[in-house]
Amino acid sequence: MTQDRSEMSEDDDDQQSSPLDLPSTAIASSSTPNKSRNCISSSVTLKSQTFPDHVLENVLENVLQFLDSRCDRNAASLVCKSWWRVEALTRSEVFIGNCYALSPARLTQRFKRVRSLVLKGKPRFADFNLMPPDWGANFAPWVSTMAKAYPWLEKVDLKRMFVTDDDLALLADSFPGFKELILVCCEGFGTSGIAIVTNKCRKLKVLDLIESEVTDDEVDWISCFPEDVTCLESLAFDCVEAPINFKALEGLVARSPFLKKLRLNRFVSLVELHRLLLGAPQLTSLGTGSFSHDEEPRSEQEPDYAAAFRACKSVVCLSGFRELMPEYLPAIFPVCANLTSLNFSYANISPDMFKPIILNCHKLQVFWALDSICDEGLQAVAATCKELRELRIFPFDPREDSEGPVSELGLQAISEGCRKLESILYFCQRMTNAAVIAMSENCPELTVFRLCIMGRHRPDHVTGKPMDEGFGAIVKNCKKLTRLAVSGLLTDQAFRYMGEYGKLVRTLSVAFAGDSDMALRHVLEGCPRLQKLEIRDSPFGDVALRSGMHRYYNMRFVWMSACSLSKGCCKDIARVMPNLVVEVIGSDDDDDNRDYVETLYMYRSLDGPRNDAPKFVTIL
Amino acid sequence: MNLKETELCLGLPGGAETVECPSKSGVGNKRGFSETVGLKLNLQSNKQGPVDLNVNGAPKEKTFLKDPSKPPAKAQVVGWPPVRNYRKNVMANQKSGEAEEAMSSGGGTVAFVKVSMDGAPYLRKVDLKMYKSYKDLSDALAKMFSSFTMGSYGAQGMIDFMNESKVMDLLNSSEYVPSYEDKDGDWMLVGDVPWPMFVESCKRMRIMKGSEAIGLAPRAMEKFKNRS
Repeated sequence: MTQDRSEMSEDDDDQQSSPLDLPSTAIASSSTPNKSRNCISSSVTLKSQTFPDHVLENVLENVLQFLDSRCDRNAASLVCKSWWRVEALTRSEVFIGNCYALSPARLTQRFKRVRSLVLKGKPRFADFNLMPPDWGANFAPWVSTMAKAYPWLEKVDLKRMFVTDDDLALLADSFPGFKELILVCCEGFGTSGIAIVTNKCRKLKVLDLIESEVTDDEVDWISCFPEDVTCLESLAFDCVEAPINFKALEGLVARSPFLKKLRLNRFVSLVELHRLLLGAPQLTSLGTGSFSHDEEPRSEQEPDYAAAFRACKSVVCLSGFRELMPEYLPAIFPVCANLTSLNFSYANISPDMFKPIILNCHKLQVFWALDSICDEGLQAVAATCKELRELRIFPFDPREDSEGPVSELGLQAISEGCRKLESILYFCQRMTNAAVIAMSENCPELTVFRLCIMGRHRPDHVTGKPMDEGFGAIVKNCKKLTRLAVSGLLTDQAFRYMGEYGKLVRTLSVAFAGDSDMALRHVLEGCPRLQKLEIRDSPFGDVALRSGMHRYYNMRFVWMSACSLSKGCCKDIARVMPNLVVEVIGSDDDDDNRDYVETLYMYRSLDGPRNDAPKFVTIL
Repeated sequence: MNLKETELCLGLPGGAETVECPSKSGVGNKRGFSETVGLKLNLQSNKQGPVDLNVNGAPKEKTFLKDPSKPPAKAQVVGWPPVRNYRKNVMANQKSGEAEEAMSSGGGTVAFVKVSMDGAPYLRKVDLKMYKSYKDLSDALAKMFSSFTMGSYGAQGMIDFMNESKVMDLLNSSEYVPSYEDKDGDWMLVGDVPWPMFVESCKRMRIMKGSEAIGLAPRAMEKFKNRS
């Protein structure tokens, strides 16, 4: 099943990622390759006595080319120098989970033939205004270094990076064979930068702008695509808050025979959508734009929207509905039965409008919606969508004490109806342990469990007890769990469960939880696979932080904000662990004498502290 | 006499229903007063142990009215619930029914305007509040526009932007005329009004070729040429 990129859970790198190329002599590593190194390297040295080295390397090169998974590649590179060298020559896609873990120069020095780069920048909590803007994660040094080193570069996939128009201009200029640009949750550029890309990258197959902030420079970037037939396979611009030239778009779609995925922004009306659909029946993934009209439609001449959807027999992924006029929703009936992915998360749909639609969606695997569909709507999902793998329910009114239309009833229903569920994100105002326990028992395939009870410290609303047992059951029963986000009233006991049973947990998000340092200690002393830890507003202090020192080199990052940390402790850790970058991020009115640490963000790095840190960041 | 009406309570007049309705003030923007006091009053610090007013989930009670003498503690919780700004902005745009620039929510502390220069491949944004005078602004613009390369963008009459002093000369000569659109939608010449007034009224700028500026008042043009 193909999913739209943005529909995948954030934790898409679900394999164990050992450090990129940290020399294991310098840094204690708990990953598995040591074993293979011992047994294979000895046989390699034996063989090298009998065969010339270049023949062996040739063979290696031919074999290693088939290794795709970066986990396997990391392991292979640790076997011996020869393997390290050849692996570096044959790695064509490089994944960098933290752009400050190494410098661009190190990347280009080690890997010589990179065609594709995946790069992640800011920590996730930056999305929630927990960090001042202009923190960093600039794409500029990366693109300028790669411009010289990888003229054959084809693909760049960035998440939470700061990208300027100049960066995009340099990219378009430097890589003549460039094919795929994917910008997720990025900012710093505008439609003018996009125009340069569309104009100069003649081999462009994928231009996906997803949840990024794109400024409106009043440039008609759609018209900048070349006049002849394009290679476009995917074009997503639903986050671009600027009107577009529809005529140019129509022309573009008409001369893009390979176009399969098209995600329109809200400046495309229903009428325009209708025209596009009639001209592009081969689409498999569609973002519908506004799904409304600007003015009063003339009812005699209203197009047959359902007919347009009927013509799109291949559409399996549907999203958009940015300004939905609900009376037009039934137009999508013809495609419902084929849908594997449906995103209603920007549409305020009531249960009555929703139920007739969902009852047709038997093949649905990914479903995102607002809580406006209520528990009733979720029950309908549970009754119909037996193939559901991923569910995300967002709050229409994201405040702590708003009315909560969904509750434990919806969660319980989903757990009973959707037994194949793997990933859930659920915002609600009230929840019970019983429902969470039920889900842990009914959905053994869960790998991602993110429950957000919006009122801070809110207990089980039926029993009044903390939510410890519910989350405890999740870590105990869901043996494949790799990502967990907790909420509600939680004591140290919940963390004891997490530490003991969360054997595969890689990512943990904690907010307003726990009673004492012991909670964090349970996690740091347990959870053997923990990579990403983000904590806010919880009573964890120096003792807890120190208890994790044996493992920070094996983690991608630790974020702790509004906890009880002192600068002194952070300084100690920075001193003892030279390959750890310890950033203390303060607000503007901080004075240096304060010992209290507002925000700690620390991560391993091969190239020391960064040189682009803004004033409000202190690197210890 | 209706005693309820004279009752002291926190919140806007007739405030009991405002919390229930979908947010009128727009999610993601600054919280209205009624919203801020709606937050739990005594969850100041985690250390004292949470005492939750809603323990038995009395959903319809507006619990914040229970103790009006207590000041609201930590009225705004940044980033909670954890809904991304992107999503909040999309919903806010829907509710207000018209496109709002994300930057305009700052109000008073920043004044971003777009600046386009005829012949440049793309435009820039500047925060007028960062400058104290027309000269400051002119210098900054010269710096900004001088970073464009002489690429083949296909625009007619491209000038060589790489030379910063050249750009400065152009800005100061009569070849290029900086103009701006004010709050009323009129295009005016930059430099006519006192700087603070300019900052308040300028919505966007366009540095246009002298030949294009013919439509603007000739007397104003003269005035501009005579300014140093």
